[in-house]
Parts: sequence; C-alpha cells; structure tokens
Amino acid sequence: MPGIIRSIMIGLVLALLALAIFGPISNMILWAFTEQWYFPAKLPQSYGFSFWERVFRPQGNAMVSLLNSVVIAGMTVLVSLAFAIPAGLALGRGRLPYRVVFLLLFLLPQAFPSLAVHMNIARIFYTIGLNGTFLGVVLVHALQGMVFSVWIAAAAFGAVDRELEEAAANMGAGPLRVFFTVTLPLALPGLMASAIFVFLISLDEFTGTYFVGVPDITTMPLLLFTASMEGNYQIASITALLLLVPSVLFMLVIERFLKSDVLAKVGH
Amino acid sequence: MISRRTSLMLIAPALVLMAVLFLTPLGYSLIWAFREEEAGRWGIGNFTKAWSFYSADILFSLVIVTLSAALIGALSIAISGYLTLGRSRRAVALLRWLYRWPLFIPFVVAAQVMRTFLAKNGMMNNALVELGLLTPLQTASYLDWRGIVITFAWKQTPFVTLLLAGAMASLDRSMIESAQNLGARRLRILFGIVVPQVAQTLMVGLILSYVMMMSVLSVPMMINAQQPTMLTVDMAWRINAYGDYGVANALGFIAYLMTAAVAWGYLRKELRDRKGHA
Repeated sequence: MPGIIRSIMIGLVLALLALAIFGPISNMILWAFTEQWYFPAKLPQSYGFSFWERVFRPQGNAMVSLLNSVVIAGMTVLVSLAFAIPAGLALGRGRLPYRVVFLLLFLLPQAFPSLAVHMNIARIFYTIGLNGTFLGVVLVHALQGMVFSVWIAAAAFGAVDRELEEAAANMGAGPLRVFFTVTLPLALPGLMASAIFVFLISLDEFTGTYFVGVPDITTMPLLLFTASMEGNYQIASITALLLLVPSVLFMLVIERFLKSDVLAKVGH
Repeated sequence: MISRRTSLMLIAPALVLMAVLFLTPLGYSLIWAFREEEAGRWGIGNFTKAWSFYSADILFSLVIVTLSAALIGALSIAISGYLTLGRSRRAVALLRWLYRWPLFIPFVVAAQVMRTFLAKNGMMNNALVELGLLTPLQTASYLDWRGIVITFAWKQTPFVTLLLAGAMASLDRSMIESAQNLGARRLRILFGIVVPQVAQTLMVGLILSYVMMMSVLSVPMMINAQQPTMLTVDMAWRINAYGDYGVANALGFIAYLMTAAVAWGYLRKELRDRKGHA
C-alpha cells in the first residue's frame, strides 16, 4: 500500500528533523545539570545544581554579567523607543519627501558585515571615552535594533484606523490629545512587539559588546563565550540556557503581538 | 496627517543617530583601510599585507558562506514547500510547529550547543555508536568547517523558511489547483509554479543571511579552532593582538566587497527581469 509507505516516510523525515533541532538543545541542557561528565561516558556520571549555585552566587562574575545584560537591554529599549516612536510616526503617518530612502537608510546596517563597523565604533568611542561604559554598549545595541524598532513602529502607526482619529478630532480633541488617547493606545501592541524585539537583540548581542564593552563590561553572551573557550561547559551551558528561554518564548508569542495587519505593513 | 515640517523634525533625531553611529564609523572603515599608519602614508599596503597573510581565509569564508546559503536555500524550499503543498494536515501542523525553534536563538548559543553536540565524544557520535552505525574508533569531531556550515544552517534555515512560507501562503491558489487537476506531480508544481513566484523573497532572505554569516565572530571562534578560519576571526585578532586597524579594515573592506557582489548580482538580475516584463 503506497499510502502507508508514504506516511511512514513522512513520519521518518519529521522525526529526523526533530532530532536535528532538539538533539543539540538537549545535549546543552544535559551539560547545564552535569556535575561530572568524563570521556568515554555517554551520559553524565552525576547530576546536580552546584554550577547553578556558582552562577547565581551574589557578587559572582556570572551574576554581574547577568545584571549587566538586563540593565543594558532595558536601557537599550528606552533609547531605541525614544528615537523610533517619533521616527515611526513620521514614516507611518507623516508627509515625508523620499520616504523610501529614509526607510532604506535604517536597513543599511544590515547590508554591511557588522563586525567591520563595530571595530571602528570602538575606535571612535575610545577617543571620546565611551569605550567600556554602559552608554557606549547601549548605543551599539540600539544601532543593531534600529531597523526593527523603526520599521515596526512605522507599521504600527500606519495600521491605526484614521477614522477613529477623525472622530475624536470632530468631537473637539486637540492633536496631542488625539495622539495620546487614540493613536498611541491603538499602536501599543506593535510598539510592545518592537520593544521586546529590541530587548532580545540587546540581550543576545555579541560582537558590539566584544569590541566596545570588554573588558570593563561583560554581558551574558560574553560570559558564555569566555566560559566555553576555557572549557567550562557547565557555566557556558547554563548561560546558554538562560539566553535560550527568552528567545524561545518570544518565538512562541510573537504572533500575538505582531498582528497580521501590522506585519503586512512592515517595510512598506 | 502630520505636516511635512513636523515629519522631518520627528525623524531627525533618528537620522542623526544613524549618521553618528553608523555612517561615520562606516566611512572611517573605508578610509582607514587605505591608511598605512606605520609608514605614515596612503596606499594599498594594507591590502597586499591582508592578501599575503589571509588569502586562504578569504577563500575559506567565501566557500563556507556560499555553501551554507545553498544548504539554507534547499532546506527552506523543502520545508516551506511541504507546508504549502503537503496533503497530510497533521504532518503540516507538526512541521509548522517544529521548524521555527532555532529562529531567535542567538549565534553564540547556537555555537555552544553545537560545540558539545558535534564534538568527537558529543551526543551525535554517541548516538550513532549506540545505534551500531559507527564504532567508537570511527567517530570524528565535526568541529571544523563542517561544524560552521551545520551551525549556520541550523540557525538561519527557520528565518528564510518563515519568509518563504509567508510568501507561498499569499500566492494565488487557483494556478496550483488547476495544475493539480491536470495531474501534475507536486514536485513539479513546487519547482514549476511555486518557487519561481517566490524567488525574490528567497533571494532577499538568502542575501540577509549571507551578510549575517559574514559578520558572525562567535561561531567560527567557538566551532573551528584551527586554520584556515573566517575573516571575522582575523579582524578581531589584528585588533586585539596588534592594534592593527589598517589590515583589519582592509579585511573589512574585502568583506564589504564580497557582500556587495552578491547584492549587486541580485539587483542586476531583478532590474533585467523587470525590464523584461515591461
């Protein structure tokens, strides 16, 4: 029966794909809870939480990086939104000459290998004393997230129903009042999506921090990198797991924030 | 509607930020590539030095990134194609749930994950030995160029697939259905009707991935600890070990050229196609 053979084949291919995706992740999760794992054992000899304790020990190196990461990501969101909301309003609702050129300008950093730009930012920051400071790292992260924050904000404002604004204006609300009581609340889910996106980009950013922050400021990705290069796979895997959880959660919920009416307008 | 003047005022701060944080360092990277600081003059000395030290790495980067992009393209066509044309509803739903997992996982995490998984005594080799497909003596570490390609494909395929599946979902179904009614096989429908219509989306996804892979430092550093390696590692090394911005920027310039060549090839083809339609 060809139908059954076909179903078995499809099942096999899906199982292989699942192995390819979850195999590496489960290997990392094993390492995160390993106490001892020496060659040639196929599985860890003992499991435990002693490395977790080391990561979460107050005043430990790891805890500092963790706090740094969260503080920097939060600051990056604030800085990005402060620039992206007005820019998104202008792009989504304003009258701009050469609008497409402005839109593409924000995309430009994605068209160049970012490492070559980052090392020169670091050199410039060094001369003006921004290297190794929180502000320096936040600015580099904000640059990385700029295209997403501006484009999503523009799409979110562009998708707001104009008739509702007009209705409010007809009832005597001034332009500022219309913006804060109608436009902004309606655009809020899209702006939330852009904020979460920027938060994640900052949390995961590696090369910019590598050049601008190190050695004064380390973040979780840098901690993960150093631990991995030193062969400390437990610390590296625990950090990797801490970075993995928000990424996967975001993947699962993004469609709730980015509704298709906003998504269809991104980049237009 | 916001007036033209207010619009320009609203977008101005973001433009200033882009000029200061992106255009200025970009400009400097182009200028410093031609500055020979030790000799105190301008010239192409950095480039001859970069080529004599790192020509193998330049070729290595090109091959790795091209190979990864080809693999990502093939995998994403296969997955999005099944999502669009698959007949088993359950398999389609399962695949849709399954393929996206690595979508937002950062490169540095993907590198760590693969560093343990692909090692000589990693989980992949252990599983193959347990299954009797390999003997312990036959196992080999994949932590070389293959590891980089596997990591890139693992991380970037979901992104291109997401774009492709979206483009395929918005296609007009009537052409696909009439071809199905005429008895065309699905593979033929995929490559004859579906893929040509989403080719533009595929190319955009692949070019974005190409640039991203050219910028990643963590993956080659953590996966491939030997020579030859990728240009990003050389750039970081020139700066951290020698403070040599000249050669580092020359290598950066070469990386720009490699991505510009791909983007230019795409734009030219796109313009030619549009002219052909007009």
